[in-house]
Amino acid sequence: MRTLRFLLQKEFRQVFRDKNLLRQILMVPIIQLLIFPWAANYEVKNISLAIVDHDHSSYSEKFISKIFSSGYFIHSDYTSSFKDAYQLIERDKADIAIEIPQGFEKNLVRENQQKIFLAVNAINGVKAIVGTGYLASIITDYNSQIRAEWVQADRFNAAPAIEITSSNWFNPLLNYKMFMVPGILAFLVTLIGGIMCSLNIVREKEIGTIEQINVTPIRKQYFILGKLLPFWIMATFVFTLGLLISRFAYGIIPQGSIVLLYAFLSVYLFAVLGMGLLISTYSDTQQQAMSISFFFIMVFNLLSGLYTPIESMPAWAKVITDFNPLRYFIEVMRMVVLKGSSFHDVSHHFLVIFLMAVVLNTWAILNYRKTT
Amino acid sequence: MKQLFSFIKKEFLHVFRDRKTLMLLFGLPVVQLTLFGFALTNEVKNAKIVVADYSKDIATKQITEKIEASKYFDVEKSLKSHDEIEAAFKTGKIKLAILFPENFNENLLHLHKAQIQIIADASDINTATTLTNYISAIVADYQRQLMKDASIPLTITPEIRMLYNPELKGEHTFIPGIMAMIMLLICVMMTSISIVREKELGTMEILLVSPFKPLMVIIAKFIPYLLISFFNITSILLISVYALELPIKGSILLLYSESLLFVVTALAIGLLISIQAQSQQTAMFGSLMATMLPTLLLSGFIFPVENMPLPLRIISNVVPSKWFFIIVKSIMIKGAGISVVWKETLVLTGMMLFFLTVSLRKFKIRLA
Repeated sequence: MRTLRFLLQKEFRQVFRDKNLLRQILMVPIIQLLIFPWAANYEVKNISLAIVDHDHSSYSEKFISKIFSSGYFIHSDYTSSFKDAYQLIERDKADIAIEIPQGFEKNLVRENQQKIFLAVNAINGVKAIVGTGYLASIITDYNSQIRAEWVQADRFNAAPAIEITSSNWFNPLLNYKMFMVPGILAFLVTLIGGIMCSLNIVREKEIGTIEQINVTPIRKQYFILGKLLPFWIMATFVFTLGLLISRFAYGIIPQGSIVLLYAFLSVYLFAVLGMGLLISTYSDTQQQAMSISFFFIMVFNLLSGLYTPIESMPAWAKVITDFNPLRYFIEVMRMVVLKGSSFHDVSHHFLVIFLMAVVLNTWAILNYRKTT
Repeated sequence: MKQLFSFIKKEFLHVFRDRKTLMLLFGLPVVQLTLFGFALTNEVKNAKIVVADYSKDIATKQITEKIEASKYFDVEKSLKSHDEIEAAFKTGKIKLAILFPENFNENLLHLHKAQIQIIADASDINTATTLTNYISAIVADYQRQLMKDASIPLTITPEIRMLYNPELKGEHTFIPGIMAMIMLLICVMMTSISIVREKELGTMEILLVSPFKPLMVIIAKFIPYLLISFFNITSILLISVYALELPIKGSILLLYSESLLFVVTALAIGLLISIQAQSQQTAMFGSLMATMLPTLLLSGFIFPVENMPLPLRIISNVVPSKWFFIIVKSIMIKGAGISVVWKETLVLTGMMLFFLTVSLRKFKIRLA
């Protein structure tokens, strides 16, 4: 036990000696947590429209003003020909081009039928679907207004209308920050713990000081634990800062128990740090350790469900997410913070992370050799 | 000149001696692009939903069938009560619940008005809004079918053409973004340790006492990584065309030159980090922190830039991958030429020059 105390003292000194690094570890997550959640808005709005109005009638004008009053669209430009509108799409200046043909008003009234042409930039498929959906419902709406002017009330009413009311549970105001802040915090904590830890042992290898430790009677498990605990404490500290930021900067108050969050965090950190150590024992230089942990952090980050839903991934990718510790942490964060889930709801997550922690740390201890 | 050549040789030896790292540098982009190219999409597919049907008539059945038939939804089971919905949401399995109130069809036929209630689990807000939009579209489609049978006067029909990506594949937005992100991260990471490593190991002193000019040191450090990046560009383009089936509609030559421009910019950023940092740890941590989240969140491929608040829209302009993302998208998918992307190219060139000059200025020939 005394050995461990001295080891911890040594590690803390090393960490606190590098003021630059310490500043980075503490400041960068705070800054990022304050800035980036604002960027994460998925909502489809501000769709820019290029309008080609060949008709210039009162009907086409009414139609155009109706579109812009909906609030989803912003105005790109009026162009005189469809070709120019197409150019705007090509230059990313417009997302949708609308062409109102000549005789729009006349044909609608005389022939009961009229077409409108839409060209949609569909590179972003979701934006295309949702944007045209908005437009289609505006057209339907406008259509029934016109019909009301021309046809007797009870006859046009025959069109059946299905009304959809939607309610959003757990985040009724659709506040994107509530969704992103817990996830980004989870990622930042992982980044700090994982990277710093993976670089640590290999640094001693590269500088050569590991030899000095190897010739002492320090037992492997103490050595590993001594490497692990400082980062565990640091990551927990950063997590606490993050919770304070989400409380005071974003007004996010966890619905569930904070104790549960910390309990999960403590097990989770052992898993992540164990993984860092494992990488460290396998690499010879900091560059190697860095490239490997960079790879895993990227995969963990992007396949965690933080940005894109796991359900939409192909089956093999879903299997990968089953082994992704960050995924479990983000899920637990979102469940506990937003939905107030209890221990019972996240017990499966606890079990998986606990197993990962045990396996990774045992592996790291076994793989660390004091002799070459 | 001969001096420079022998220094470049030294750097090559450094890089190629470490086989493990070399393998990683070549392997990483390939594996990551394949992985993310297939796995990431902002579409929501196979979302588990529940239907609570209190009406159980022909209309609700038809709508449910329509929803079931789309690739977006997996109808899990039918629920009986409100309490069950809450329990299903808490365990995180169910994303959305649809409720048909009693007498749905009757109301629709006689009152010409019926209601559907949707409850979405908005703790996953992206999925919630996307699914709600999908359902609205499906219901609107069902309504249009009903209308058609009724033959209603004065009808405006929109005729819609989806440009560039008619099948509405989700991958098309993501792959150019992923390409930009991977290239940037790997390049920054590679060069970020190049100089600080020599500082840490003590070999920097030897370099500094030599009559070799600082500019030459930087050039020599640059070239091996530039070569590796050149190979990586090629493998990334090959994968995106042959494995991910993304077309290159524009000129390949232009795409290559733009990629090189971008890669040099990224390498220069890494170089600057390396010159500033005191230890490899600081350099690596700094390069990850400075690149990963900003490129992911601000380059516009996951979250649209136009939705961001104004300060962030301004900040996003300094993220090089934002510009490269636009360039790749335009050249590969739209088939645009330099006349369309000259502005973005100019911005990237400016950034590259900036980072290179600053690196050179900051490069100290004395040890602190």
